Amino acid sequence: MSTLSDRELRFLTRELRRTPNQLEKDIVGAEWSEHCSYKSSKKFIKLLPSMGCRVVRGPGYDAGVLDMGNDHVLTIHIESHNHPSSIEPYGGAATGVGGVIRDILAMGTRPIALFDALRFGHIIGDAGNIKSSSRSKWLLRNAVRGIADYGNCVGVPTVGGEVEFDSSFEDYCLIDVAAIGFARRDALVSNAADVGDLLVLVGNPTGRDGIRGASFASTKLDTDDRSAVQIPDPFLEKLLVEATLEAIEKRCVKALKDLGGGGLACCLSEASSDLRKGFDVELQPLHVTNKSMLPSEIMISESQERMLFIIDKLESQNLKSILNKYEIQYSIIGKVIEGYDLIIRFNGKILAHMPSYLVSHAPLIQRKTKYPQYLRRLKKSFATPKTPKDLNRAILLMLSNPTIASKGWIYQQYDSEVGIRTVIKPGQGDSSVLKLENGKYVSMKLDGNSKQCYLNPYQGTLGCLSEACRNVICTGGAPIAIVDHLQFGAPENPEVFWGFKQSVRALMQYCTFTKIPVVGGKVSLYNETQKGPIKPSPIIGAVGLIDKEEWITDSALKPQDSIYIIGSTDNELGGSEYYEYYHHVVGGEVPDVNFSVDKANGDVVSRLIRRGLVNCAHDCSKGGLGVALAEMAIQGGVGFEVNLGQVPNRCSSVDNLLFSETNSRYVIGTRQPALAEKALSRTDSVMFAHIGYATQGKSSVRFTIGKDETIIDIPVKELIQSFEVLNRLMDNR
Amino acid sequence: MNNIGIVVFPGTNCDHDVQSVLTRVLNINAELVWHTKSVAKYDAIIIPGGFSYGDRLRAGVIASRSPIIAEIKRMAGDGLPVLGICNGFQILIECGLLPGALVTNSALSFICRWTSVEVLSIRTPFTCQFQKNQKIRIPIAHGEGRYLANTQIMKELINKNRIILRYHEDDPNGSSGLIAGVSNEEGNVLGIMPHPERASETILVPDRSSNEAVTIFHSLLAYLSKKFEYY
Repeated sequence: MSTLSDRELRFLTRELRRTPNQLEKDIVGAEWSEHCSYKSSKKFIKLLPSMGCRVVRGPGYDAGVLDMGNDHVLTIHIESHNHPSSIEPYGGAATGVGGVIRDILAMGTRPIALFDALRFGHIIGDAGNIKSSSRSKWLLRNAVRGIADYGNCVGVPTVGGEVEFDSSFEDYCLIDVAAIGFARRDALVSNAADVGDLLVLVGNPTGRDGIRGASFASTKLDTDDRSAVQIPDPFLEKLLVEATLEAIEKRCVKALKDLGGGGLACCLSEASSDLRKGFDVELQPLHVTNKSMLPSEIMISESQERMLFIIDKLESQNLKSILNKYEIQYSIIGKVIEGYDLIIRFNGKILAHMPSYLVSHAPLIQRKTKYPQYLRRLKKSFATPKTPKDLNRAILLMLSNPTIASKGWIYQQYDSEVGIRTVIKPGQGDSSVLKLENGKYVSMKLDGNSKQCYLNPYQGTLGCLSEACRNVICTGGAPIAIVDHLQFGAPENPEVFWGFKQSVRALMQYCTFTKIPVVGGKVSLYNETQKGPIKPSPIIGAVGLIDKEEWITDSALKPQDSIYIIGSTDNELGGSEYYEYYHHVVGGEVPDVNFSVDKANGDVVSRLIRRGLVNCAHDCSKGGLGVALAEMAIQGGVGFEVNLGQVPNRCSSVDNLLFSETNSRYVIGTRQPALAEKALSRTDSVMFAHIGYATQGKSSVRFTIGKDETIIDIPVKELIQSFEVLNRLMDNR
Repeated sequence: MNNIGIVVFPGTNCDHDVQSVLTRVLNINAELVWHTKSVAKYDAIIIPGGFSYGDRLRAGVIASRSPIIAEIKRMAGDGLPVLGICNGFQILIECGLLPGALVTNSALSFICRWTSVEVLSIRTPFTCQFQKNQKIRIPIAHGEGRYLANTQIMKELINKNRIILRYHEDDPNGSSGLIAGVSNEEGNVLGIMPHPERASETILVPDRSSNEAVTIFHSLLAYLSKKFEYY
């Protein structure tokens, strides 16, 4: 069975000037899958701004590379493993972690941290929804365990992430994993090869697991296709990491390539094409799990924990002794030759012979777009919900919304400390901060918002970008790079593809305006089940650089802090957690991003932090100002009094003011209100206000409005009780 | 100058962290020793945490059958200080240098978080610089850290003051008697579940308050340099 379309087969035949044989069709079929070839999305992704003074290598490699100063580099990559995880969440999520670690390793850098962005259906079931919620819980429980078991065993800390629950992920899940690596600049693998160099396949024996995984991920989910799921072995991955880094240190590696989607077929054709050299490959000596495997099975198997090493012939003894030390299997499977062809042999007989460039460059597909019908429908049916009478209950319900609630149950299963660099740990700040050997600090955060992107993929994506950058800024960092992962349904559906293009447009505009380059990304399409496509789910990762330890800021409110808000609040509740979780209403105005306000507010917060005027900082996003303040109180274990009447806003009601998700807003606590205020007033365009103070001793949170009219008054203990709901729900005991 | 050997098994992943703290923070010579080599030349041995052999079969059990363990047992018998951290503690139990068992946490999942422990005995090379009953902030990260022992062993541990660390106002994993670390009868072999190397610098402590856990390594240094009498 070939996965090539008739059009693609005709194109291949014409280019080869002969009819391809079955093995050739299988190889090309894997590489030309949407998953590997980006044939629908490539021409749009290419438009994203990827240049910048810190960019050493941009998109197109296994990972993006950033200059962190003092001759050190940071590598970054993001991946997803949605299809396999929806069938077998443990193995699917775990192998996703393994893949992204090897991408970082393939650049020659040690992986130093992992991040995960997870999306599931609702885990709290209404009466009629019990079955689906228990499946969502099963997916969540096992995906988290898969990430934990893999990352913990490899010894790479999982330090941050984000989770969203939404009904569009019922019977499905999105598992995004990002990784960063760090090394001296001269450790970067140069990725060059010369004729006569050897191709060595290192790691797991190739087996029948993950056959056609890439093609499987390039169609709608078929839950019976279990052979497409890969099997994780984190112990071998750990050995592979150490052996590879040792080989790089001893300078016996000329080029490296990770084996992921599409297996050897993609790895060999892409490496050969990128290096502009021919490969003559002999499959017979390859270590396999089963000697009866056919060449086509060997070529498209997605067995995990494998790397392709390209080495100088003279270095083979050195490499062998390193691999033997770690007891890792390997096979020399061929050599680099003149020309640009990929030749596959078995026992000397040529079974496939094609130009690598042709194999690794699928003919692109034009996709149609159409404004979605559902948006018209939602616009018509939308009615503004009523303000609730009991705002105490509203705020407690918002905190017990699993999307907002504490994710302790998840991140406590992850070893977040190994590597002794985690300064801002999970749950302590807006973004994770890690100590680097060059004396600086990196801050990194993943963000997504499927609910807003569903109602407005353009503004929604802008919101994710702004939020990820705000989070980095809150910890004291300056955003220096973006990675993106664009997850949508089937591109043949013009309404889906319209959303994709809106999302790319947002990325392009935001990154052009802010001059923050996009250094890596992925596109994952066909995220649908029988029920239809998922909501558009771009995930944005922002990387920030923190020069000085004193700038590192957490989000815990401290006693006697004066509380300030920066940024104005509008009636922007479309796709908000308040509308969707509290009122069960889908629709309304999605928060927009005013680029110059976004920049001005971010800049002023950065300036305050650098001047040492900020005691804690938190951005307002999901759940709005009300939730942001409550979270700061919970973290600090202190109460506060806030006068909502002081908050700059254009809101039509108090619940809108509390829960609107207007972008570009920050809440900060300071011990030096006079100095902070002076610094804040220096920029005319920045709206800000002193809205209250943290209390000492009395641990309850109180919101007032007008002339001391109390509208919310809740003990912090009760806030915590609500905030812990996910942890109680998922506890094994 | 004293030299500390850090034993590295396939899958060990806290080896660089321990070495980094010893060399960078405490200025002690510390070398990584691959499990097929000898530790004979070292003045003290640390078996760091991680997942030796991927924790297959049972945490620590495969490493405990490694030839280097026979050498470590011999040297421990001669009184050389041996510290096992987390997976190292599991290995010390599996090889019989320490009594009891470490089983799956009562929550049935891996747990990584900060906790407090109380130093119950300062009569070991690793605790001699603490105040007795001093409480320290320190993180744990383990799936199989629930210490269990039968009544006879427990009685012996209590009577001979061999419970060295105990969780303080916290029960993270269901250990009997809230045990976080035990020693052999002589005190020179200590196994602990928490990770002192992760709490040895103030910047890594959540509230930046105190890095008292580093005293475990300072104690070893003091013991080695002055042959500090701890018993």
